[in-house]
Amino acid sequence: MKKTMNFALVGLLLVVSAFTVNDTIEVDGYAIGDFASDFNLMSTTGNMVSMADYPNAKGFLIVFTCNSCPYAVAYEDRIIALDRKYKGLGVPVIAINPNNPDVQPSDSYEKMKVRAKEKGFTFPYLLDDGQKVFPKYGATRTPHVFLLNKTKEGNKVVYIGAVDDNSSDASAVETTFVEDAVDAMLAGTPIEIKTTRAIGCTIKV
Amino acid sequence: MVNFKIQCYDMQRIIVLLVVVLMISCGSKEKKESQLLLAEGIPKLTVAVDDIHLPVYDFNGMEGLFHKDDHKTYVINFWATWCKPCVAELPYFERIYTEQKDNNVEVILVNLDMPKMWESNLVPFIKKKKLKSKVIILEDPKQNTWIPKVNADWSGGIPATLIYNNKKREFYEQSFTYEELNASLNEFIKK
Repeated sequence: MKKTMNFALVGLLLVVSAFTVNDTIEVDGYAIGDFASDFNLMSTTGNMVSMADYPNAKGFLIVFTCNSCPYAVAYEDRIIALDRKYKGLGVPVIAINPNNPDVQPSDSYEKMKVRAKEKGFTFPYLLDDGQKVFPKYGATRTPHVFLLNKTKEGNKVVYIGAVDDNSSDASAVETTFVEDAVDAMLAGTPIEIKTTRAIGCTIKV
Repeated sequence: MVNFKIQCYDMQRIIVLLVVVLMISCGSKEKKESQLLLAEGIPKLTVAVDDIHLPVYDFNGMEGLFHKDDHKTYVINFWATWCKPCVAELPYFERIYTEQKDNNVEVILVNLDMPKMWESNLVPFIKKKKLKSKVIILEDPKQNTWIPKVNADWSGGIPATLIYNNKKREFYEQSFTYEELNASLNEFIKK
Protein backbone atom coordinates (compact mmCIF):
# COMPACT_ATOMS: atom_id res chain seq x y z
CA MET A 1 0.00 0.00 0.00
CA LYS A 2 2.82 2.33 0.96
CA LYS A 3 4.53 1.45 -2.31
CA THR A 4 1.39 2.30 -4.25
CA MET A 5 1.21 5.62 -2.46
CA ASN A 6 4.84 6.29 -3.32
CA PHE A 7 4.19 5.50 -6.95
CA ALA A 8 1.17 7.77 -6.94
CA LEU A 9 3.22 10.56 -5.40
CA VAL A 10 6.06 10.10 -7.86
CA GLY A 11 3.51 10.05 -10.69
CA LEU A 12 1.95 13.26 -9.42
CA LEU A 13 5.36 14.90 -9.09
CA LEU A 14 6.25 13.80 -12.62
CA VAL A 15 3.09 15.33 -14.00
CA VAL A 16 3.56 18.55 -12.08
CA SER A 17 7.24 18.80 -13.06
CA ALA A 18 6.47 17.95 -16.67
CA PHE A 19 4.00 20.81 -16.85
CA THR A 20 6.49 23.09 -15.15
CA VAL A 21 9.14 22.16 -17.70
CA ASN A 22 6.76 22.79 -20.57
CA ASP A 23 5.62 26.13 -19.26
CA THR A 24 8.92 27.52 -18.07
CA ILE A 25 11.57 25.72 -20.04
CA GLU A 26 14.13 28.53 -19.60
CA VAL A 27 13.59 28.98 -15.87
CA ASP A 28 14.04 25.35 -14.89
CA GLY A 29 17.74 24.56 -14.94
CA TYR A 30 20.46 26.59 -16.56
CA ALA A 31 20.13 28.62 -19.71
CA ILE A 32 23.02 29.83 -21.85
CA GLY A 33 24.85 32.58 -19.96
CA ASP A 34 23.94 31.35 -16.47
CA PHE A 35 26.64 30.45 -13.97
CA ALA A 36 26.74 26.78 -12.98
CA SER A 37 27.24 25.86 -9.36
CA ASP A 38 29.96 23.46 -8.28
CA PHE A 39 29.26 19.98 -6.89
CA ASN A 40 31.07 17.53 -4.67
CA LEU A 41 30.27 13.97 -5.73
CA MET A 42 31.82 10.53 -5.28
CA SER A 43 33.65 9.14 -8.29
CA THR A 44 34.00 5.48 -9.24
CA THR A 45 37.60 5.60 -7.99
CA GLY A 46 36.38 6.43 -4.50
CA ASN A 47 37.31 10.12 -4.21
CA MET A 48 35.10 13.16 -4.08
CA VAL A 49 35.29 15.40 -7.15
CA SER A 50 34.48 19.10 -7.57
CA MET A 51 35.22 21.56 -10.34
CA ALA A 52 37.26 23.44 -7.72
CA ASP A 53 39.76 20.55 -7.86
CA TYR A 54 40.85 21.82 -11.30
CA PRO A 55 42.45 25.22 -10.62
CA ASN A 56 44.08 25.35 -14.06
CA ALA A 57 41.02 24.36 -16.11
CA LYS A 58 39.72 26.77 -18.72
CA GLY A 59 36.32 25.15 -18.68
CA PHE A 60 34.47 21.89 -18.18
CA LEU A 61 32.46 19.40 -20.21
CA ILE A 62 29.84 18.22 -17.73
CA VAL A 63 28.21 15.15 -19.27
CA PHE A 64 25.12 13.64 -17.67
CA THR A 65 25.27 10.00 -18.71
CA CYS A 66 24.66 6.52 -17.36
CA ASN A 67 25.21 2.79 -17.87
CA SER A 68 21.71 1.79 -18.80
CA CYS A 69 20.68 4.06 -21.67
CA PRO A 70 21.47 2.77 -25.19
CA TYR A 71 22.09 6.33 -26.37
CA ALA A 72 24.51 6.96 -23.51
CA VAL A 73 26.31 3.71 -24.34
CA ALA A 74 26.45 4.67 -28.02
CA TYR A 75 28.30 7.85 -27.02
CA GLU A 76 30.81 6.37 -24.54
CA ASP A 77 33.69 6.14 -27.01
CA ARG A 78 33.00 9.63 -28.29
CA ILE A 79 32.97 11.04 -24.75
CA ILE A 80 36.32 9.37 -24.03
CA ALA A 81 37.65 10.91 -27.28
CA LEU A 82 36.41 14.35 -26.18
CA ASP A 83 38.23 14.02 -22.87
CA ARG A 84 41.43 12.86 -24.59
CA LYS A 85 41.28 15.76 -27.00
CA TYR A 86 40.38 18.57 -24.62
CA LYS A 87 41.75 17.64 -21.17
CA GLY A 88 45.22 18.70 -22.28
CA LEU A 89 43.77 21.95 -23.60
CA GLY A 90 42.22 22.71 -20.23
CA VAL A 91 38.66 21.46 -20.75
CA PRO A 92 38.26 18.10 -19.02
CA VAL A 93 35.16 15.88 -19.12
CA ILE A 94 33.36 15.23 -15.84
CA ALA A 95 30.63 12.60 -16.23
CA ILE A 96 27.71 12.47 -13.80
CA ASN A 97 25.19 9.65 -13.54
CA PRO A 98 21.91 11.37 -12.57
CA ASN A 99 19.74 8.27 -12.28
CA ASN A 100 18.28 6.89 -9.08
CA PRO A 101 19.86 3.43 -8.66
CA ASP A 102 16.80 2.27 -6.70
CA VAL A 103 14.72 2.79 -9.84
CA GLN A 104 17.41 1.77 -12.34
CA PRO A 105 19.59 -0.90 -10.63
CA SER A 106 22.02 -1.10 -13.56
CA ASP A 107 23.03 2.49 -12.72
CA SER A 108 24.14 1.67 -9.17
CA TYR A 109 27.47 2.95 -7.87
CA GLU A 110 28.89 -0.61 -8.02
CA LYS A 111 27.78 -1.05 -11.65
CA MET A 112 29.21 2.36 -12.49
CA LYS A 113 32.60 1.19 -11.18
CA VAL A 114 32.40 -1.89 -13.40
CA ARG A 115 31.47 0.13 -16.48
CA ALA A 116 34.16 2.79 -15.90
CA LYS A 117 36.79 0.06 -15.66
CA GLU A 118 35.50 -1.95 -18.65
CA LYS A 119 35.50 1.07 -20.94
CA GLY A 120 38.62 2.63 -19.45
CA PHE A 121 37.00 5.98 -18.72
CA THR A 122 39.73 8.65 -18.73
CA PHE A 123 37.49 11.06 -16.80
CA PRO A 124 35.79 10.96 -13.39
CA TYR A 125 32.42 9.21 -13.40
CA LEU A 126 30.35 10.55 -10.52
CA LEU A 127 27.09 9.47 -8.93
CA ASP A 128 24.59 12.28 -8.35
CA ASP A 129 23.79 10.78 -4.96
CA GLY A 130 20.48 12.21 -3.77
CA GLN A 131 19.85 13.63 -7.26
CA LYS A 132 20.51 17.24 -6.26
CA VAL A 133 22.84 18.25 -9.10
CA PHE A 134 21.00 17.32 -12.31
CA PRO A 135 17.86 19.38 -11.52
CA LYS A 136 20.03 22.47 -10.89
CA TYR A 137 21.58 22.07 -14.31
CA GLY A 138 18.26 21.20 -15.90
CA ALA A 139 19.51 17.98 -17.43
CA THR A 140 16.50 16.12 -18.80
CA ARG A 141 18.00 13.05 -20.42
CA THR A 142 21.15 11.02 -20.89
CA PRO A 143 23.47 11.85 -22.52
CA HIS A 144 23.14 15.60 -21.96
CA VAL A 145 26.21 17.84 -22.25
CA PHE A 146 26.84 21.21 -20.54
CA LEU A 147 29.93 23.11 -21.64
CA LEU A 148 31.12 25.59 -19.01
CA ASN A 149 33.54 28.43 -19.64
CA LYS A 150 35.60 29.29 -16.55
CA THR A 151 35.57 33.04 -16.06
CA LYS A 152 36.47 35.33 -13.15
CA GLU A 153 32.78 35.50 -12.25
CA GLY A 154 32.26 31.75 -12.35
CA ASN A 155 31.63 28.79 -14.62
CA LYS A 156 29.45 30.18 -17.35
CA VAL A 157 27.16 27.85 -19.33
CA VAL A 158 28.00 28.29 -23.02
CA TYR A 159 26.56 25.17 -24.68
CA ILE A 160 23.77 22.74 -23.73
CA GLY A 161 22.79 19.68 -25.73
CA ALA A 162 23.99 16.72 -27.71
CA VAL A 163 27.57 15.64 -28.45
CA ASP A 164 27.00 15.64 -32.21
CA ASP A 165 24.28 15.21 -34.81
CA ASN A 166 24.30 11.45 -35.22
CA SER A 167 23.68 9.23 -32.22
CA SER A 168 23.51 5.94 -34.04
CA ASP A 169 26.54 6.22 -36.32
CA ALA A 170 29.72 8.04 -35.29
CA SER A 171 31.11 7.75 -38.81
CA ALA A 172 28.11 9.58 -40.30
CA VAL A 173 28.38 12.66 -38.05
CA GLU A 174 28.19 15.89 -40.00
CA THR A 175 28.25 18.48 -37.21
CA THR A 176 30.29 17.96 -34.04
CA PHE A 177 28.32 20.32 -31.81
CA VAL A 178 30.46 19.94 -28.69
CA GLU A 179 33.83 20.06 -30.45
CA ASP A 180 32.75 23.12 -32.41
CA ALA A 181 31.62 24.81 -29.19
CA VAL A 182 34.83 23.99 -27.26
CA ASP A 183 37.01 25.09 -30.17
CA ALA A 184 35.17 28.39 -30.40
CA MET A 185 35.30 28.88 -26.63
CA LEU A 186 39.05 28.26 -26.54
CA ALA A 187 39.60 30.53 -29.54
CA GLY A 188 37.51 33.25 -27.95
CA THR A 189 35.13 33.36 -30.91
CA PRO A 190 31.32 33.19 -30.69
CA ILE A 191 29.79 29.73 -30.38
CA GLU A 192 27.53 29.32 -33.37
CA ILE A 193 25.20 26.55 -32.15
CA LYS A 194 24.55 27.02 -28.42
CA THR A 195 21.74 24.55 -27.80
CA THR A 196 20.78 21.31 -29.49
CA ARG A 197 18.30 18.56 -28.87
CA ALA A 198 18.54 14.80 -29.07
CA ILE A 199 16.52 11.74 -28.24
CA GLY A 200 17.68 10.34 -24.95
CA CYS A 201 16.57 8.40 -21.92
CA THR A 202 14.65 10.39 -19.37
CA ILE A 203 16.38 10.64 -16.01
CA LYS A 204 15.08 8.06 -13.55
CA VAL A 205 13.87 9.68 -10.32
CA MET B 1 16.83 -0.04 -78.08
CA VAL B 2 18.21 -2.58 -75.70
CA ASN B 3 17.79 -0.09 -72.91
CA PHE B 4 14.19 0.43 -73.84
CA LYS B 5 13.50 -3.28 -73.62
CA ILE B 6 15.05 -3.46 -70.22
CA GLN B 7 12.94 -0.53 -69.10
CA CYS B 8 9.79 -2.23 -70.38
CA TYR B 9 10.71 -5.39 -68.59
CA ASP B 10 11.35 -3.40 -65.41
CA MET B 11 8.05 -1.58 -65.88
CA GLN B 12 6.22 -4.88 -66.11
CA ARG B 13 7.93 -6.11 -63.00
CA ILE B 14 7.03 -2.91 -61.16
CA ILE B 15 3.39 -3.24 -62.22
CA VAL B 16 3.28 -6.88 -61.12
CA LEU B 17 4.87 -5.87 -57.82
CA LEU B 18 2.40 -3.04 -57.36
CA VAL B 19 -0.53 -5.39 -57.99
CA VAL B 20 0.89 -7.88 -55.49
CA VAL B 21 1.41 -5.13 -52.92
CA LEU B 22 -2.13 -3.87 -53.47
CA MET B 23 -3.56 -7.36 -53.13
CA ILE B 24 -1.62 -7.94 -49.94
CA SER B 25 -2.63 -4.62 -48.46
CA CYS B 26 -6.28 -5.15 -49.35
CA GLY B 27 -6.11 -8.55 -47.69
CA SER B 28 -6.08 -6.98 -44.28
CA LYS B 29 -8.16 -4.03 -43.25
CA GLU B 30 -5.58 -2.89 -40.71
CA LYS B 31 -2.81 -2.73 -43.25
CA LYS B 32 -5.00 -0.91 -45.72
CA GLU B 33 -5.71 1.77 -43.14
CA SER B 34 -2.06 2.05 -42.37
CA GLN B 35 -1.26 2.58 -46.03
CA LEU B 36 -3.93 5.24 -46.32
CA LEU B 37 -2.90 6.94 -43.14
CA LEU B 38 0.60 7.63 -44.38
CA ALA B 39 -0.29 7.84 -48.04
CA GLU B 40 1.84 10.93 -48.62
CA GLY B 41 4.98 9.48 -47.09
CA ILE B 42 6.95 6.66 -48.61
CA PRO B 43 8.77 4.42 -46.16
CA LYS B 44 12.50 4.14 -46.87
CA LEU B 45 12.26 0.47 -46.01
CA THR B 46 10.07 -2.05 -44.22
CA VAL B 47 11.05 -4.39 -41.43
CA ALA B 48 9.16 -7.60 -42.18
CA VAL B 49 9.29 -10.63 -39.90
CA ASP B 50 6.49 -13.20 -40.18
CA ASP B 51 3.21 -11.25 -40.18
CA ILE B 52 4.74 -8.09 -38.71
CA HIS B 53 5.45 -5.31 -41.18
CA LEU B 54 6.95 -2.12 -39.80
CA PRO B 55 7.47 0.78 -42.19
CA VAL B 56 10.62 2.81 -41.53
CA TYR B 57 10.51 6.55 -42.27
CA ASP B 58 12.90 9.44 -42.06
CA PHE B 59 11.35 12.62 -40.69
CA ASN B 60 10.50 14.06 -44.10
CA GLY B 61 8.63 10.90 -45.00
CA MET B 62 6.68 11.00 -41.75
CA GLU B 63 6.11 14.73 -41.30
CA GLY B 64 2.67 14.72 -42.97
CA LEU B 65 1.41 12.58 -40.11
CA PHE B 66 1.90 15.49 -37.71
CA HIS B 67 -0.17 17.89 -39.79
CA LYS B 68 -3.30 16.06 -40.92
CA ASP B 69 -6.27 18.27 -41.50
CA ASP B 70 -9.21 15.88 -41.35
CA HIS B 71 -11.89 15.02 -38.82
CA LYS B 72 -9.77 12.64 -36.82
CA THR B 73 -7.88 13.10 -33.57
CA TYR B 74 -4.35 11.74 -33.65
CA VAL B 75 -2.64 10.32 -30.58
CA ILE B 76 1.01 9.91 -31.49
CA ASN B 77 3.32 8.39 -28.90
CA PHE B 78 7.12 8.42 -29.20
CA TRP B 79 8.65 5.39 -27.54
CA ALA B 80 11.38 2.75 -27.60
CA THR B 81 11.64 -0.78 -26.21
CA TRP B 82 14.67 0.29 -24.11
CA CYS B 83 12.68 3.10 -22.45
CA LYS B 84 11.13 1.70 -19.28
CA PRO B 85 8.54 4.44 -18.66
CA CYS B 86 7.51 4.17 -22.33
CA VAL B 87 6.92 0.44 -22.03
CA ALA B 88 5.02 1.00 -18.78
CA GLU B 89 2.49 3.34 -20.42
CA LEU B 90 1.97 1.40 -23.68
CA PRO B 91 -0.99 -0.58 -22.28
CA TYR B 92 -2.85 2.73 -21.77
CA PHE B 93 -2.35 3.67 -25.41
CA GLU B 94 -3.53 0.20 -26.41
CA ARG B 95 -6.60 0.63 -24.25
CA ILE B 96 -7.32 4.04 -25.77
CA TYR B 97 -6.94 2.50 -29.23
CA THR B 98 -9.48 -0.22 -28.45
CA GLU B 99 -11.93 2.13 -26.77
CA GLN B 100 -11.72 5.00 -29.26
CA LYS B 101 -11.02 3.45 -32.65
CA ASP B 102 -14.65 3.89 -33.72
CA ASN B 103 -14.64 7.45 -32.45
CA ASN B 104 -12.39 9.01 -35.11
CA VAL B 105 -9.27 8.56 -32.99
CA GLU B 106 -6.04 7.23 -34.46
CA VAL B 107 -3.38 5.88 -32.12
CA ILE B 108 0.08 5.65 -33.66
CA LEU B 109 3.16 4.40 -31.85
CA VAL B 110 6.27 6.00 -33.33
CA ASN B 111 9.16 3.75 -32.41
CA LEU B 112 12.68 5.15 -31.89
CA ASP B 113 14.64 1.92 -31.41
CA MET B 114 18.02 1.87 -33.09
CA PRO B 115 18.28 -0.10 -36.36
CA LYS B 116 20.23 -2.93 -34.74
CA MET B 117 17.32 -3.43 -32.30
CA TRP B 118 14.52 -3.72 -34.86
CA GLU B 119 14.66 -7.46 -35.39
CA SER B 120 16.31 -8.43 -32.09
CA ASN B 121 14.15 -6.36 -29.71
CA LEU B 122 11.28 -4.56 -31.39
CA VAL B 123 9.67 -7.39 -33.37
CA PRO B 124 9.79 -9.86 -30.44
CA PHE B 125 8.37 -7.12 -28.18
CA ILE B 126 5.42 -6.47 -30.52
CA LYS B 127 4.74 -10.20 -30.74
CA LYS B 128 4.99 -10.75 -27.00
CA LYS B 129 2.76 -7.81 -26.11
CA LYS B 130 0.44 -8.48 -29.07
CA LEU B 131 0.35 -4.75 -29.83
CA LYS B 132 -2.77 -3.76 -31.74
CA SER B 133 -1.99 -0.07 -32.34
CA LYS B 134 -0.09 0.90 -35.44
CA VAL B 135 3.66 0.87 -34.96
CA ILE B 136 5.86 2.80 -37.36
CA ILE B 137 9.60 3.37 -37.07
CA LEU B 138 11.22 6.80 -37.21
CA GLU B 139 14.87 6.45 -38.13
CA ASP B 140 16.41 9.85 -38.66
CA PRO B 141 19.72 10.60 -36.98
CA LYS B 142 19.36 14.36 -37.53
CA GLN B 143 17.49 14.66 -34.27
CA ASN B 144 18.39 18.28 -33.63
CA THR B 145 16.67 19.12 -36.93
CA TRP B 146 13.45 17.15 -36.56
CA ILE B 147 12.76 17.24 -32.79
CA PRO B 148 11.85 20.97 -32.83
CA LYS B 149 9.61 20.35 -35.85
CA VAL B 150 7.48 17.99 -33.77
CA ASN B 151 7.34 20.51 -30.93
CA ALA B 152 9.42 23.59 -30.19
CA ASP B 153 9.65 22.78 -26.47
CA TRP B 154 10.58 19.11 -26.75
CA SER B 155 14.04 18.47 -25.27
CA GLY B 156 14.11 14.99 -26.80
CA GLY B 157 13.29 12.92 -23.72
CA ILE B 158 10.88 10.03 -24.17
CA PRO B 159 8.16 9.06 -23.50
CA ALA B 160 6.57 11.97 -25.31
CA THR B 161 3.13 12.24 -26.88
CA LEU B 162 1.49 14.53 -29.41
CA ILE B 163 -2.30 14.77 -29.48
CA TYR B 164 -3.93 16.90 -32.15
CA ASN B 165 -6.88 17.40 -34.43
CA ASN B 166 -7.84 20.23 -36.74
CA LYS B 167 -8.83 22.44 -33.77
CA LYS B 168 -6.33 21.77 -31.02
CA ARG B 169 -2.77 20.58 -30.53
CA GLU B 170 -0.87 19.60 -27.36
CA PHE B 171 2.54 18.06 -26.77
CA TYR B 172 3.36 16.13 -23.60
CA GLU B 173 6.98 15.35 -22.66
CA GLN B 174 5.92 13.11 -19.79
CA SER B 175 4.61 9.70 -18.78
CA PHE B 176 0.86 9.10 -18.65
CA THR B 177 -1.41 7.06 -16.46
CA TYR B 178 -4.52 5.74 -18.19
CA GLU B 179 -6.64 8.34 -16.40
CA GLU B 180 -4.36 11.20 -17.42
CA LEU B 181 -4.20 10.04 -21.01
CA ASN B 182 -7.95 9.60 -21.22
CA ALA B 183 -8.55 13.01 -19.64
CA SER B 184 -6.12 14.66 -22.07
CA LEU B 185 -7.74 12.95 -25.04
CA ASN B 186 -11.21 13.93 -23.86
CA GLU B 187 -10.21 17.59 -24.20
CA PHE B 188 -9.95 16.89 -27.93
CA ILE B 189 -12.99 14.73 -28.59
CA LYS B 190 -15.61 16.27 -26.30
CA LYS B 191 -18.60 17.43 -28.21
